[in-house]
Amino acid sequence: MTDSGPPPERRPSDPSARKREARITGVGTSLRRAVVIPALAVLTALIIGGVIIALTDLDTLSVWGSDPMEALRLTLSGVGNAYKALLIGSVGSPRALTETLYAATPLILAGLAVAVGFQAGLFNIGVNGQMHIGGMAALWVGFSVALPGIIHIPLAIVAAMIGGAIWAGIAGLLKARTGAHEVITTIMLNFIALYLVDYVLTTSAFQAPGRNDPLSKPINPSAQFPTLGDFRVNIGFLIALAAVGFVWWLLYRSIIGFQFRAVGFNPDGGRYAGMNVAWVYVGVMAISGALAGVAGTTQVLGLEPYRGISGFAGTLGFDAIALALLGRSHPIGVLFAGLLFGALRAGGREMQGAAGIPVDLVLVLQALVIVFIAAPELVRAIYRIKTPEEETGVTISTGWGG
Amino acid sequence: MTSTAVTSEKSIDRRATSEERRATVIGVALVILAAFVFWVFGLGVESGVTSLFNLSLPGERFQDLAWEVNSRWLAFLVSAILAFLGGFVLRKSHLKRTNLALAIGLGLLALAFLTWAAAGNSFSLVGMLRSTVILSVAVTLGALTGLMCERVAVINIAIEGQLLTAAFVGTIMGSAWGIWAGLIGAMLTGAILGAVLAVLAIKFRVDQIIAGVVINIFALGLTSFLARRVLSEAQDLNTPGSFPSLKIPILGDIPVLGTMFFDHSMFVYATFILAIVLHLGFFYTRWGLRSRSVGEHPKAADTVGINVYRTRYRNVILGGVIAGFGGAFLTLSQVSRFEENLTAGIGFIGLAAMIFGRWMPLGALGAGLVFGFARALQQKLGILGTPIPSEFLSMTPYIVTIIVVAGVVGRSRPPAADGKPYIKE
Amino acid sequence: MELELKGITKQFAGVLANDDVDLRVAEGEIVALLGENGAGKTTLMNILYGLYTPTSGQVLIDGEPLELLSPADAIAAGIGMVHQHFMLVPVFTVAENIVLGDEPTKKLGWLDKSRGRRVVREISSRYGLDVDPDALIEDLPVGVQQRVEIIKVLKREARFVVFDEPTSVLTPTEVESFFEVVRSLKADGKGIIFISHKLGEALEIADRIVVMRRGMTVAELDPAETDEEQCAELMVGRPVDLVVHKEEARPTDVVLSVEHLVVLDDRNRRAVDDLSFEVRAGEIVGIAGVQGNGQTELVQAITGLRSALGGVVRLRGEDVTIKSPRDIHKRDVAHVPEDRQKSGLVLQFTVTENVIMDTYYEAPISNGIQMDWDAARQQALRLVDEYDVRTPSVDTLVSKLSGGNQQKVIVAREFDRDVSLVIASQPTRGIDVGSIEHIHGRIVAKRDDGAAVLIVSSELDEVMALSDRILVMFGGRIAGEFDGSATATEIGLAMLGSQGESEAS
Repeated sequence: MTDSGPPPERRPSDPSARKREARITGVGTSLRRAVVIPALAVLTALIIGGVIIALTDLDTLSVWGSDPMEALRLTLSGVGNAYKALLIGSVGSPRALTETLYAATPLILAGLAVAVGFQAGLFNIGVNGQMHIGGMAALWVGFSVALPGIIHIPLAIVAAMIGGAIWAGIAGLLKARTGAHEVITTIMLNFIALYLVDYVLTTSAFQAPGRNDPLSKPINPSAQFPTLGDFRVNIGFLIALAAVGFVWWLLYRSIIGFQFRAVGFNPDGGRYAGMNVAWVYVGVMAISGALAGVAGTTQVLGLEPYRGISGFAGTLGFDAIALALLGRSHPIGVLFAGLLFGALRAGGREMQGAAGIPVDLVLVLQALVIVFIAAPELVRAIYRIKTPEEETGVTISTGWGG
Repeated sequence: MTSTAVTSEKSIDRRATSEERRATVIGVALVILAAFVFWVFGLGVESGVTSLFNLSLPGERFQDLAWEVNSRWLAFLVSAILAFLGGFVLRKSHLKRTNLALAIGLGLLALAFLTWAAAGNSFSLVGMLRSTVILSVAVTLGALTGLMCERVAVINIAIEGQLLTAAFVGTIMGSAWGIWAGLIGAMLTGAILGAVLAVLAIKFRVDQIIAGVVINIFALGLTSFLARRVLSEAQDLNTPGSFPSLKIPILGDIPVLGTMFFDHSMFVYATFILAIVLHLGFFYTRWGLRSRSVGEHPKAADTVGINVYRTRYRNVILGGVIAGFGGAFLTLSQVSRFEENLTAGIGFIGLAAMIFGRWMPLGALGAGLVFGFARALQQKLGILGTPIPSEFLSMTPYIVTIIVVAGVVGRSRPPAADGKPYIKE
Repeated sequence: MELELKGITKQFAGVLANDDVDLRVAEGEIVALLGENGAGKTTLMNILYGLYTPTSGQVLIDGEPLELLSPADAIAAGIGMVHQHFMLVPVFTVAENIVLGDEPTKKLGWLDKSRGRRVVREISSRYGLDVDPDALIEDLPVGVQQRVEIIKVLKREARFVVFDEPTSVLTPTEVESFFEVVRSLKADGKGIIFISHKLGEALEIADRIVVMRRGMTVAELDPAETDEEQCAELMVGRPVDLVVHKEEARPTDVVLSVEHLVVLDDRNRRAVDDLSFEVRAGEIVGIAGVQGNGQTELVQAITGLRSALGGVVRLRGEDVTIKSPRDIHKRDVAHVPEDRQKSGLVLQFTVTENVIMDTYYEAPISNGIQMDWDAARQQALRLVDEYDVRTPSVDTLVSKLSGGNQQKVIVAREFDRDVSLVIASQPTRGIDVGSIEHIHGRIVAKRDDGAAVLIVSSELDEVMALSDRILVMFGGRIAGEFDGSATATEIGLAMLGSQGESEAS
């Protein structure tokens, strides 16, 4: 630090414009900068994905030996078909659009859960487990009582929030009291939740009568999320939007959120200022878990056959991490990232059906996107963009704690 | 630097230190466990019932070795010892011995539990001990990988992904070109993923945990995708052979211990040797001193001319090779095919073992055996048919991991620069 | 043999740290490099040691240019550096630290530990630097650690040795022994560069003085022909008042009372060992002493950041020993922490957000649930103006401010209310003279407003200038109490405590 003053700023000079910008995207970034890198990251991932599709097309690969031109044509058309299917499945028709929104719903919610954690410096890798526990709680409310939908659905959602909050709170409490790193504890809790769900689904309280496998009773129709006409999209999407708004308010307007962010950036500073860091950790995990729980309800109350099955959260937990990174832990960013990934999923299903590409490719695409997001220099290196001064990539962790 | 004054107890009002509070908790826990053992394992079994522990397997040199014990009386004995240990800890006269007392107590608890579970039955104790060793290998290798990286201050969360991908490559290459090719392919894969982690963490200064998580997601997605796209069509690419079991002459014939330690595939022997070699390496060689200095105080290492970046790259990639070896073990020795999500969290359990072992190779080995025991317990109890549902048994290793991480982390110190990227101006 | 830095320029992003700097050192010569924090001295030395590469300029020995791309190159050229913040691995032994990078080995890289110990003992006895090769660095007092650093340098047969702020961690007596060592190095024909901001010491030991300011060399002086005032003026660019002007103190009631306090440090040793003292309203009590004698833990215990093992802390008679930081804060206590970047600020927050770190939960900044950012900005604007914080705006990230301005943000935040107790720990560490003057003035003003002030500082000059009463801390206890008339020598003796015992390691 020298005395010659801070370096010149490259931001809009009008203070109210700057204030507005800061409000939308979070302090310290400009809108343009926040979008360019993620966009390029997605593009690069798609390109690499195309290469992977081409390389694993075993049938076409064998043609290279005999007729390279034909093989090239086949390869390009294969990749082309795959991505065309992706596009059609995601935005090609009103039905496709609703499928995108439908797929985006749990992603947005789960992404918000992880994002809230990141803002406080915590890695919540346990969204999967929290979804399971929350989902089971909602399930139970779903088939145990019969109330008018207006009451039944919110009740189930609240149950899910409590379940998820408790499950995540365990990790938060362990971190607060013993310093146990939440990466390991939440992952372990994921596995425990998985087996717990399996077990619970075979108990008489939950199991569908006459079945031997882990399958629950169906929930009462009053608890099912109402859908939009003929399509699959349901009020879950509206709930997700509401959650985005809530998280935004929480992080940038509420006192609690201020503490979360302060502790996330500098726990020592927070402690010195009188914040109770241990409670912040527990609180953050609880809220994160609650959001994950709500994400879980979409898989139970918003999805045929409206029952609980083993492992119903799928890979949503990991996708959520990708989302949070892509959206830079900001609720609006998570919203857009969720829509994007929802499109990939909806399109991915079409891609598997029409072009025969396993839907796991979407996972690969997601991973590539995160790599590029987490290492902006990588994208810049590829596309020769200059590095702005503040940017050093996302850094959250500083070791095992304790 | 700080006070060297006499630490006598003064007459001022004194609150308890954290060590003393912990001793209270552990002491009370031991006493409660003593009561539990007495009640459930002791009184819960009818008198006269015995548990038969088989100490030899068919095909061994010394046959029909067994230990028959009265289930009830063993429980009572263990209960008494636990109570004694609890009292000892609560007296707080030897605070440093608290952990030792806890370890002994837990060991006895396991014994009492097995006796209870096997009441009225026979139970292959030696089989379980052998499984312990086998099931510890992947965990230990994961821990050693983590250790290699963390000793130079790079956190490696990607061990899981490294194991998985290496296992996958090992399967394919093993099926196509034989088990040795599979092994080499797996080790190379581990090294490559290690290099990716290194580049992300060192060159691009990505947050190390994020980099690790990313690699894991990538590995899971890629291997699942390829398994479905390639392996399902080309079934013959999923039938690698496996490495044979090698019994060491003479040593392998020792009852119990011989079967436990000296009759395995080379992976097991290699793991034990590796742990010893790494331990000697880190604490007695120049390579080890320099590596550790990079992990503890990279600036200091830099100022004496050690290349911090190169040291980190080298160690992380070597760690990757070890992970690759572990991945090969999973498909070329334990299970002879690749399945989706074959690893199921072993990489993370390995990290817990590393922490439990205080970032020392021999400690990682010991911790690996403890986790191996947990996993063996889970298997064996399933066979025994205890009243505990199988799903809860499956949870055992994960619960144990949480307990270990919660109980141990705050007490031991990782390398000082752990997790922080090194920035040279 | 002569070492020359010629035309060295170093440009960092947005900052010109060195601007065409020339410096020469001959064998057997001691050159003192003076300048205040941020003048560019450390940058220059880091270039010399291969840690930075200059934007332009050369380093030459006897006219031959050197290529210094890493410390290894500098070491090979015979340049050794004893850093301000020691480059020692705490968990290694003395011997391990000394041989690191050039270890004696047997076959296969196996460490030859006995040879290592021998090497250490040889150098140690030759220069009178007493150390135990097998002691762990983290167990050693700072003065002994410095000896290890020096041995490290000598082992590599340095011909030129650079000392970066070597005396900032030493007691006055240790400084004297250190000077003895430096003189013996000089007699051995080594060229020495001695970086400092302590004028008195530079004048005492150096053959030649070079003053830097804002990245440039502004003067080269003969110590016999100059004095502290002239040097200070050259360092800062204007006449500097080295004395703090304050009136006689008029202490009244006891505000802070510490009784038989016992506090453990992170390694469960007694950092504070049965300590008792009082601070009254209207007086400034300064705690002097080298860092590491329990001052940090003492302040943490008083402010609620660390639990005390025994003893009592009272604020205006009330027992607050187990109260939380927030409770203490609410009892009108202001605390300027010793590590501003770690505890005092959230670097990734803006000035506004930092300013409200202690008031965010109360009106008018919040209504209990939601923040009122407009009110927060108003507050920030007012404080930035009142406390002369140089920042482009209140929405600037605080990490972009200079050290002095960062400290002013903290002081503004803490002093902006009526407080009955002010605790300031190392309040002016690492900041420019202008900010130092400002902050010292604020502290005295608070005292005159009736607050009780407790200053903890390892800079004896600062303690002596500010305090009405001085307590010396050594080994977790009060080793001496002095009033305004005490001399540095007297206080320095007290800072020894039972130094004879602790040095035998």
